[in-house]
Amino acid sequence: MKKELIELRINGRTYELAIEPNRLLLDLLRQDLGLTGSKRACDDSSCGSCTVQVDGVPMLSCTMLAASCEGQEITTVEGVADHGGLAALQKAYGDFGGAQCGFCTPGFMMTVRWLLANNPDPTEDEIREALSSNLCRCTGYSQMYQAIRAVIQAEQTGKKEELVGAK
Amino acid sequence: MNDFSVIGKSIAMVDAAGKTTGAGKYTDDLSLPGMLVGKILHSPYPHARIKHIDTSRAKALDGVAAVVTGADAPNPYGILPVGHDETALAVGKVRYVGDHVACVAAINEEIAENAIELIDVEYEPLPAYFDPEESMKAESDLIHENRAHNIEKDYHHVFGDLDKGFAEADYVAEGRYIANEVTHAAMEPHSTLANFELDPHTGKLGRLTVWSSTQVPYYLQHKLSLVLEMPMSQIRVIKPLVGGGFGGKSEIIPLEIIAAVAARAARAPVKITYTREEVFWAHRGRPRTIIDLKTGVKNDGRMTAVACKVIQDGGAYCSYGVVTILYSGALLGALYDIPNIRYDGYRVLTNKPACGAMRGHGTVNVRFAFESQMDEIAAKLNLDPAEVRRVNLLKPPTVTVNGLRVLSYGLPECIDQVVARSGWKQRKGKMPKGRGLGVACSHYVSGAANSIIRSDMPHSTVNIKIDRDGGVVVYTGASEIGQGSDTMTAQVVAEVLGCEIARVKVIAADTDLTPIDLGSYSSRVTFMAGNATLRAAEEVKKNIVRASAKRMNCAPEDVIMRDGRVWKASTTLSDSHPTLSDNSKEREAARGHVDGQILRGSVLQTRKEEGPKDHMSFEEAIVAAIDFHGALTGTGSYAPPVAARGGKHKGGGVGPSPAYSYSAQVAEVSVDEETGGVTVHKIWAAHDCGRALNPVAVEGQVIGSVWMGLGQALEEEMIWKDGLLMNPGMLEYRSPSSAESPEIECIIVESIDPEGPFGAKEAGEGSLAATIPAISNAIYDAVGVRLREAPFTPERVLAALRAKKGMKRIEMTESVDPTAPHKLREHGGSLWFRGKGPMRHPRDPARQGTNAGSPMGGGE
Repeated sequence: MKKELIELRINGRTYELAIEPNRLLLDLLRQDLGLTGSKRACDDSSCGSCTVQVDGVPMLSCTMLAASCEGQEITTVEGVADHGGLAALQKAYGDFGGAQCGFCTPGFMMTVRWLLANNPDPTEDEIREALSSNLCRCTGYSQMYQAIRAVIQAEQTGKKEELVGAK
Repeated sequence: MNDFSVIGKSIAMVDAAGKTTGAGKYTDDLSLPGMLVGKILHSPYPHARIKHIDTSRAKALDGVAAVVTGADAPNPYGILPVGHDETALAVGKVRYVGDHVACVAAINEEIAENAIELIDVEYEPLPAYFDPEESMKAESDLIHENRAHNIEKDYHHVFGDLDKGFAEADYVAEGRYIANEVTHAAMEPHSTLANFELDPHTGKLGRLTVWSSTQVPYYLQHKLSLVLEMPMSQIRVIKPLVGGGFGGKSEIIPLEIIAAVAARAARAPVKITYTREEVFWAHRGRPRTIIDLKTGVKNDGRMTAVACKVIQDGGAYCSYGVVTILYSGALLGALYDIPNIRYDGYRVLTNKPACGAMRGHGTVNVRFAFESQMDEIAAKLNLDPAEVRRVNLLKPPTVTVNGLRVLSYGLPECIDQVVARSGWKQRKGKMPKGRGLGVACSHYVSGAANSIIRSDMPHSTVNIKIDRDGGVVVYTGASEIGQGSDTMTAQVVAEVLGCEIARVKVIAADTDLTPIDLGSYSSRVTFMAGNATLRAAEEVKKNIVRASAKRMNCAPEDVIMRDGRVWKASTTLSDSHPTLSDNSKEREAARGHVDGQILRGSVLQTRKEEGPKDHMSFEEAIVAAIDFHGALTGTGSYAPPVAARGGKHKGGGVGPSPAYSYSAQVAEVSVDEETGGVTVHKIWAAHDCGRALNPVAVEGQVIGSVWMGLGQALEEEMIWKDGLLMNPGMLEYRSPSSAESPEIECIIVESIDPEGPFGAKEAGEGSLAATIPAISNAIYDAVGVRLREAPFTPERVLAALRAKKGMKRIEMTESVDPTAPHKLREHGGSLWFRGKGPMRHPRDPARQGTNAGSPMGGGE
C-alpha cells in the first residue's frame, strides 16, 4: 500500500509523517515514533493496554487508523506529566501499588486521567465502571482505587504537592 | 524487635516511575538497527506427521531474510532434565494445534506474514488424544514414543499406615473433583530479541545476546547453549522489564530459541513477539486436574488418613509436568497434621498445548478438592468448618509424615483473623437466603529446597560494589517480573548498610553482569535471593565498620550504621541520633559537607585532618573504608539447609522448602437461583508471610493472588474442541474486570521465620489456592449445592441447583450441534473424535464443500 503524507498532533507537538492509509495508530506510535509507552497486549481491543486520548477521549489505539486522527489532539502516556515530571496520579500509582508488572499501567493512566477530568469526585461505583475498560492481571484493582482516592483527596485539599513531593 | 528504618515500611517500587510514565522498556519496546521481524507458522493439526516442508516459495519473496524449520535446530530441550522432549520447531511430528513448524524473518511484519502463507507443509494426520483418561488407554500412535500409554510420569507414595488410618476413622468422605484448565494470560505477550555479534578473529558469528520476557534468564542461557551448540560463556541473556509471568515465563518458550535460530540464519537481529492467540497456544498453564479424594476423620473432625489420586491433563510436552504432579501430592502435607497419606499421581500427555507451572504450582487444584471435602465433612458431622481446620493444626517445629520441615506456622492466627474480621461466628448460617460464607486455607513453598538441575551450587548469589561515588550497586540475578524483586533487594541492602534507598542501584538479571540465580519461580526470590543479598550486604558492611571504628577510636562492635549516618554506640549525642539528625545535617551543610560532595578531594582532606570523631556520614565512612581497601565489594550466597531438603523417597525432592507461607480466607457470596450467577461480595484474606518487608507490596501480592483465584473460581477456563482452543483471546477467556472484582481485605500475619531474611517468607502465590474452595464452600452455605467442578459458572451452578430440586437438566447444546456430547463445555473429545475428525452439523459450512465433515483433514 502506498504511503501518504499526514500531519498528526501528538502530546502537543506536530509530526509530519508518511504512512500507509491502513497504519494503525498504535503501530505508528510504537514503531515510527518510538513512543513505546502504549502497549499491545490483546490484539482485539479487549484489554485497554493501548489506550490513548484523542481529543481527551480514551480510545484504543490498536484498532484505530492513524490517518483518521488528523486534526485531532492525541495524548499518550508519555504526555501525561508536565515537563517530564511525575503527575500526581503516576506518583500515587507507585506509592499505593497500583502498578505491579506495569504493562497495563499506561492504559490505566489514560483512562483514569479522563475519569478525573470529567468527574473530579467519582463514587466507588463510577471508578469501578470507568476502570472496567482496562484489564490488569496483577493487582486485583484494589490498590488502584486507593491511589485514585489519594489523588482526589490531594486535589480537594490542595495538597497535591505533598503527594508528588517537592520539586 | 521491630526497629528497622527501611524494612517493614511501605515504599513505592524502585521501578515504579518507569511503569507509570511509559518510559520503562519491555522486550517488545526494544529495537536494534537492521532488526528483522520474525513470524511463526503453527500446526493446524493436533497430531500429525510432517511428511515434507518446502520453504522455497517463502524464501523467494522479496524482503524475506531467512526461513528456518526444525532441521535448523533439532536438539531437544525442556525445562526439566527428565523432560527434554521439545524442539524449538517441530521435527518430524506436530503434537498440538499451534505447535511451532517454521519461522520467517523478514524486513517487516506484513512481508513475514505473507511469507508464512507461502510455506508448503505436507502433513499425515494421526489419531489424537484430548481426554487424559482416554489417553492413558492408548496403545499406539503415542504422543511421544518413549512414553507408554501416554503417561508422562506416575508416582505412588504411601506415608504411614493407610489401612490403620481409615480403620480408626469414624467417618470417611469420598469424592471426585475436577478443576478445569486455566492459563496465566499475563498482560505482556512473550517477546524475544536476539542478536549475534561477529567474532573479530574469525569473521564468523560470535557472541549471542538475547533480550527476553522471561522469569528464568539463566535457564534460558542454558537451553540456548544446548540447542545452538554454543558455550554458555558466548551467550548473554538480558531480562528487560517483564509484563507479568505467573509461571508462564518460568521455562523456555519456543520463540525464545526460535528468535536466536532465525537471527543466526538471517545474520541480523530478529525480534519475535507472540500475538495473543499464540500466547494461549504457548500456554504452560494449570492443567485440567481430576482428583479422587478420600478423607477419614474422627467425630471431632481430626483427620486419620487421606488417600488422593490425581490425573493431570498435561498437554503435548513434559514442561514442568513431573514437578507439578509431585507438588500435588507433596503439599497434601505441611498445612494440616495428617498422620497417614497415600498419593497416586498421573501426569498424562494429550494433544493440546503443554501445561506447566502456574501461580501456586501443582497445589491449587488439589487444595480446592481437599478444602471442599473438609467442608463436606464439617457439614456431615455438624461441626464448624473453621473449627475442623483448627483441630487439625500442625504443632511446629515439626517434620510432616512426608518429610516436610515446618518451622514458622502462622496458620492459627490466620484462621483467627479471618474468623474475627468476617463476623463468622455471628453471621455464618444466619444470612438471608441465597447468601453465604465459606472458609478455606492454603499454603505454599518459599522456594524449592532442591534445584531443578541437581547440583551443589547456591540457589542465589549477590554481589555488591561501593565505589568513591558513594553509590551502592547491587548485582543480582533475581528476576523482577512485577512482584517487587528489585525493590526487596534495595530495601535489604539499605537496611543492612544503614543508607538511603535512593543510594542503592539494583542491576538485575543480565547473565554477563550478575551472578547466577535460579530465577523467579516457586516464590523463591525474597527468601533465597533476599538471604543472599543480606549476606552480601553484611560482608561489605564489615569493611566499612572496621574502617569507621578506626576513625572513631572504638571497637567494631560499637559502630552503628543507620539512616545515612555512622556513630559510636556509646555516643549520647542528640544530634547524632538517627531520627533527630536534621540539626547535624544542617550544620554539616553549613560547613560545606554537602551530601554527595564529600568525596571530592579538598573537603575530604579537611575532614580527615579533623582527627577522630564519634559520628560521621555514610559517605565519610565509605571513604574511610575505601582508603583501606579500594572499591568495596561483597558477595553473599544462599543454599537451603540440608535439614529442609526433604525425604529420600523417589520424588521426595519436590515439595520441601526452607519455609512455608500460610493463608486462611473467608468468602462472602450470593447466588441467584434463577440464573446460577454467583456474586462474590467480599473476601477476607489473612496471609502469613513471615515478615512483610514492604507491606504495600505484600498486600498487592496477596490481593493479586486472591483475585486470580477468584477468576479460576468463577469464570476462567480454557475451552477445547478437538484440540482446538475455543477462547484464545482476552475477551473470550474472561477474567474479572474492575466492575466484577469484590473488595479483598488483606490481613498480614507475621510469624517471623527463623531462617528468612528479617524473618520473611513467601507472599506471591500461597493465597491463590484458598480462594477457590472458600468460594465453593460459600456457595454451599448460600444455596446448599456442592460444586465439585471449577469454575463455578452459571451453567454449572444452575445445573446443580436444578439437580437438587429434581428438575430436568437443560441440554444447552441441543439444536446447536446434535453430534456434540451433552455438555456445554466439552473437554474430553477423544471418544467423539476417534482420530477421525469431528462430525459436524449438516448445516455447518465446513461440511458443505468437498471435504465434508473433515475440517481437520482427517477424512471420515
